[in-house]
Amino acid sequence: MTHMGDEHSNGMRIDWTVETAIANLQPTVEGSLRYYAAWWLGHFRISRPEAIDGLLVALNDETHRSPDGGLALCRNAARALGKLQDPRIVSALRQRLTCEDYYVREVVIQALESQADPSCIPDLIAFLEGGAEAAISIPGKPHLVQPYEAVLEALGTLQAKSVAPLIQEFLLHPVPKVQLAAARALYQLTQEPQYGERLVLGLRHEKLVVRRSALMDLGASGYIAGASAIAATLAENSLKLTALKDLFNAHLHQSGTKNDPENLDATSEQLISLMDALL
Amino acid sequence: MSTTLDLYPLYQAIDNAGSAEDMRRAVVKLCEHRAEASVLKLIEVLGYNNPGAAIAAVDGLIAIGRPAVDLLLDNIDSFDYGARAWANRALAGIGDPRALPNLLDAALNDFALSVRRVATKGLGNLQWDWLDTVEWPTAQEQVLQALTQAGKDEEWVVRYAAVVALENFGSQIETNREAVLASLQTCLATEVESVVCARIHKALKTLKAL
Repeated sequence: MTHMGDEHSNGMRIDWTVETAIANLQPTVEGSLRYYAAWWLGHFRISRPEAIDGLLVALNDETHRSPDGGLALCRNAARALGKLQDPRIVSALRQRLTCEDYYVREVVIQALESQADPSCIPDLIAFLEGGAEAAISIPGKPHLVQPYEAVLEALGTLQAKSVAPLIQEFLLHPVPKVQLAAARALYQLTQEPQYGERLVLGLRHEKLVVRRSALMDLGASGYIAGASAIAATLAENSLKLTALKDLFNAHLHQSGTKNDPENLDATSEQLISLMDALL
Repeated sequence: MSTTLDLYPLYQAIDNAGSAEDMRRAVVKLCEHRAEASVLKLIEVLGYNNPGAAIAAVDGLIAIGRPAVDLLLDNIDSFDYGARAWANRALAGIGDPRALPNLLDAALNDFALSVRRVATKGLGNLQWDWLDTVEWPTAQEQVLQALTQAGKDEEWVVRYAAVVALENFGSQIETNREAVLASLQTCLATEVESVVCARIHKALKTLKAL
């Protein structure tokens, strides 16, 4: 078992230039190089029009498949586009929400979430049709019919306040990670501590995968009262540090002290001392 | 001092633990003895992919302290980066300068960011009194160079660790304080993460007040 994807960025092709990466994304190039090129452009935040051109082609390229039949290149292209800026990105991503591959839909939703453009909210609400009862697993697959966690998280981030009553149903969903995603969204939409405390409870779940999920959700939620609980969770320190950094950024954003790191308030000081102790 | 015989049932309790939490409790029990003889077993626990048990084992190794250092250095796991991170965390916590070559290499060259992070932190936590003063200038120059470089790591958490380590190093050794302040200013000039910027300001403030 590995950590949650936090160690893969030190690729061996770190000496690539922007031009090499763009050239290696072209359809004539071998699949694994295109896959890496897509990651590279996202990681280094290359929003040049030629980079976006290549990524938009890759996003829709279903000819390149990994050995298990998955659309790995599409997923990496979507992930990269989520991090970049260009007026074409949001509509291109929205068109891929109907992709037949579950994992592509999941990554596309996450990319739309990071684009922070509320125009996709109606598309996301459509995924919740039928409510929590319709959110069942597919026989023989390790996932539900739709990527509900991603949908709920995105709706919270995008401040889709009208949909809070529907999200509440998902607090009772049998899958713990779906419950956590619902709690995270509801805290972001309502700022009610009861939802933050649901996430804190998740930090004490018996399964490590659930605790990891709760860490990430709590960090993203901005529920500051969960900070000490994050630090005390039985999980890898890398994840706890990331969750605390997310809380720190959320706090800066909320308190409007974003531009004054020289004079931190008591909350920021507390977050920093928790982080120091986890290094 | 506990003998190996006393510890055997405690080893068995770890090996036979039915759940991750039972294992963590068994490791805590073993650590209560602070037995040098248990060092190898504790190092083994670092590779079990059980973060709770590993945290307990790291605390146990740090409590045993210097007698654990040679075995830690001899048993650094080159295949499992999780275990390697925990082992470096134990070495960082103990602070024995015998681990300096290992910490320098891990901080700058390990592919796993968690290993670079803990080793970087450890470079700021060395117990200089345990090293012959004749060796101080060379060793301290190496630490300063390495921390300055780690302050430019591509991962924010390694840069954060470098700032904390620079603060500790600059607080410990007065003769290096000016160089540390300059290094922190260099970090500040290019830093993009708010939390790292905030940490740099805090370190500058702390060091200037000394």
